[in-house]
Amino acid sequence: MAAEHTPQSSTSKVPLWRLPAFRAILFQVLLVLGILAFGNFLLSNTLQNMEQRGITTGFGFLDNAAGFGILQSLIPFDETDSYGRTFIVGLLNTLLVAALGILFATFLGFFIGVARLSKNWLVARLATVYIETFRNIPLLLQIMFWYFAVLRPLPRPRQSLSVGDSIFLNNRGLFIPRPVAEDGFGLVLAALLLAVIGSILLVRWAHRRQEATGQQFPGGLVSLAAIIGLPLATYWLSGSPLHWDYPVLGGFNFSGGLEVIPELAALVLALSIYTAAFIAEAVRSGIQAVSHGQTEAAYALGLRPRLTLKLVIIPQAMRVIIPQLTSQYLNLTKNSSLATAIGYPDLVNVFAGTTLNQTGQAVEVIAMTMGVYLFISLVISTFMNWYNKRKQLIER
Amino acid sequence: MTTHTPHPDLPPPSTSVGVIGWLRANLFSSWANSLLTLAAAYLLYLTIPPLIDWSLIKADWVGETRDACDSGGACWVFVSVRLNQFMYGLYPESEYWRINLAAVLLVLLMIPLFIKRFRAKLWLGLFILFGYPVIAFYLFSGGVFGLEYVETSRWGGLTLTLVLSSVGMAASLPLGILLALGRRSTMPIVKALSVVFIEFWRGVPLITVLFMSSVMLPLFLPEGTHFDKLLRAMIGIALFQSAYMAEVVRGGLQAIPKGQYEAAQALGLSYWKSMSLIILPQALKLVIPGIVNTFIALFKDTTLVLIIGLFDMLAMIQAALADPNWLGYAIEGLLFAAFVYWIFCFGMSRYSLALERKLNTGHAR
Amino acid sequence: MTDSSNSRSDPAAPAGPMVEMRHVHKWYGQFHVLKDINLNVDKGERIVICGPSGSGKSTMIRCINRLEEHQDGQIIVDGTELTDDVKHIDQIRREVGMVFQHFNLFPHLTVLENCCLAPIWVRKEPRRNAEQAAMKYLEKVKIPEQAKKYPGQLSGGQQQRVAIARSLCMNPSIMLFDEPTSALDPEMIKEVLDTMIELAESGMTMLCVTHEMGFAKTVANRVIFMDGGEIIEQNEPEEFFNNPQSDRTKLFLSQILAH
Repeated sequence: MAAEHTPQSSTSKVPLWRLPAFRAILFQVLLVLGILAFGNFLLSNTLQNMEQRGITTGFGFLDNAAGFGILQSLIPFDETDSYGRTFIVGLLNTLLVAALGILFATFLGFFIGVARLSKNWLVARLATVYIETFRNIPLLLQIMFWYFAVLRPLPRPRQSLSVGDSIFLNNRGLFIPRPVAEDGFGLVLAALLLAVIGSILLVRWAHRRQEATGQQFPGGLVSLAAIIGLPLATYWLSGSPLHWDYPVLGGFNFSGGLEVIPELAALVLALSIYTAAFIAEAVRSGIQAVSHGQTEAAYALGLRPRLTLKLVIIPQAMRVIIPQLTSQYLNLTKNSSLATAIGYPDLVNVFAGTTLNQTGQAVEVIAMTMGVYLFISLVISTFMNWYNKRKQLIER
Repeated sequence: MTTHTPHPDLPPPSTSVGVIGWLRANLFSSWANSLLTLAAAYLLYLTIPPLIDWSLIKADWVGETRDACDSGGACWVFVSVRLNQFMYGLYPESEYWRINLAAVLLVLLMIPLFIKRFRAKLWLGLFILFGYPVIAFYLFSGGVFGLEYVETSRWGGLTLTLVLSSVGMAASLPLGILLALGRRSTMPIVKALSVVFIEFWRGVPLITVLFMSSVMLPLFLPEGTHFDKLLRAMIGIALFQSAYMAEVVRGGLQAIPKGQYEAAQALGLSYWKSMSLIILPQALKLVIPGIVNTFIALFKDTTLVLIIGLFDMLAMIQAALADPNWLGYAIEGLLFAAFVYWIFCFGMSRYSLALERKLNTGHAR
Repeated sequence: MTDSSNSRSDPAAPAGPMVEMRHVHKWYGQFHVLKDINLNVDKGERIVICGPSGSGKSTMIRCINRLEEHQDGQIIVDGTELTDDVKHIDQIRREVGMVFQHFNLFPHLTVLENCCLAPIWVRKEPRRNAEQAAMKYLEKVKIPEQAKKYPGQLSGGQQQRVAIARSLCMNPSIMLFDEPTSALDPEMIKEVLDTMIELAESGMTMLCVTHEMGFAKTVANRVIFMDGGEIIEQNEPEEFFNNPQSDRTKLFLSQILAH
């Protein structure tokens, strides 16, 4: 048959709906229409519902006086301040918890992760037990445990646990001395700055000298000594221009010093311990991703274990660890929203909790809250993409 | 021609094998290592004996009131008295058998999955995932076959935890697969929508999602629609976890070599057929550990419903802590909860390891 | 044991062996992998070690630079005995270069950086000198144009040649080759073997674990056959291939020369 030999080149003969391209377009158009219709349905319902309940839309409520106090605030805040300010206070508290949590979780996580790979059987086992215990128990439960089972049942301020009359722990929180700078403390700071700049120059000089002559200089060690030693010496020479404000028991509670409320302490403890288990796993997988052959090759070239670690293993392991580490930091930040379960005044508790309940502006408040977390995620994932592109092993 | 007489195998020097060799190699290989061992042993000595003493030897196990707890150890009486509530929540006591029946039914259904010779594992698995929940739902809520109606607000305890997580798993897996396929689609709008959807849910904390489902969903729906609180939480959890599931599945799809896609096309299979018969079975197998990890995360995340006022196991324990007759037993209550959650999560992760080993059919990784 | 006499084909070699192994034993747990190994390697000798897999040949040469620890006997490299003393280990590892089956190049460093790493950090050479020396060796293995590339961008044969150059940059007096061509495609084996032959002709002391019998015939002074953790037979290549003494050697040779 002749027809068999004629390729179906003219599209006019084929029914339109059998063309894949047309199908794809049709499907997508229908999808968009469906989503628009659904969105419209939700929007009209919302507007209608809000009208019914007498809620005005818009962000005007942010200027109204809040009328409630907040347990902990990094900036001055009282009842007369606006709802907008409650947002800032909550956000700052969230960032504080996240920063503290990230700091402790990183140290603890790297420590446990390295211990997990230790040649010492007992140490490796202990690290495994730590990891398997803490990552398999819900974070919320851990937060509640530290708060309700450990910190709240502590004695009252009068019977505080204390270390040398300067650090006190009781059911109102942790009280530590607060450093107060006097005149002349600027000199110490200047010395610190000088030491840091000097160290950078020193490390650069050591590197250049090694490039030129091959001689090595322990730049890192000397820098560390300078950064610690120089400010200390200045501090001592300038007559100790810093005094400590000690917490003092007065009435029912301590005054003075630096107060860490139990909510903050419980949250930071739980977040650090929980996240450290995941960071430890990331560290372990990163180090194990570097094959044993790499170590052997370095040893065969005469590199000592310490140099092998510095020049061969860590640079390769970090490529695996950093992306996982960043995503754990992101998780920790998002998980800090569990604060609300024990009443720590973070963004969700203050803004999406109290402010929402008082104003009823659900849509605006939730959108702003989610917006903050989305923004943080977006920034971090942009960084991740940049890092991965830069650090990708170059292959064919 | 000579015949070589092999050198006989000698036993290794006694310092490198046996108990002494093991100790030398693993605990005392250098002075630093020995110090570390001693420090760790001291740490264990400080923590373990008092812990055992408190939790087992000195503990009180039987009794009805807190007066039974007088020996200074752990007061497990608190847990045993409240055990029913921790397990069943506020479910009417006379109807406990319905939950027990559902549990027994589930176990019976699961048994064949572990029998090697059983052929229809896939179908049974699908039934457990999609058919069983319907049966369980009618058993729990009643209102049919003469069963007393129990509203969802009375569901609670470990039962609710398991209901939430199993519904979450059953819903998030297929949804996640669809989203992953969408993200890899060649249709630009489908792809863009999938990306936005996935990144949105992955960018926000689950609490805000639950808040949204509890305060915003009622606003979204027409006036007067009643929307069950439990159902709202389930939707929130399922949508949230499906985004994470999508990323896991996408990893699997990316690991399948291009040749497999081309081979499927060359066989003349349509998109859905090539996906469901060729690509997905391989991709899902590759990412079983990731899927189980997502399940474990989901299981742990169900605890968050206590913040929006549902009574899962953790919430029941928290409520019990506030009982004026039993003040001061937070450690016992929360340790018990931790133990139960740990058993489930650890069990799941071990099962996934075993499954991974079993299913390892020699894929290039 | 067969005789452990040294067949010295290089009359110019000074007295005193480069590597001396005396009654070396090694165990993996209960498994006796090296049984009473006695071996002398003179300066400039080229030794090929063959044998079935699991016969301990890799383990034996890996003991020479202490990638594996022996539990009994003595290993003396260029006058230095291998003990737990880190100083001795350092000294011996500088003397001994090694080429691995899987190249083990550092993937995060360029070819040139791979070559310069040890000279800079171990020999404490200025970077300029190290780079010049590295380029010389890269030219010797005929890939100077790849110096700025990363290992992942090279073919297997090229990577192995870089690995050889990397070892040479430390100016070793002994080179160990642990199955250097086993992971390569057939067409790349030749380029690596050519490099090794050139190295042999320059007078390097070499110990090669390999199944390339052609290579053994052309460059080796001595072929060693190992099985079950011991040296069964060693001889000059011609004698070894034409007139093997032991049954097991014959069986092994018939298996690998069959194709």
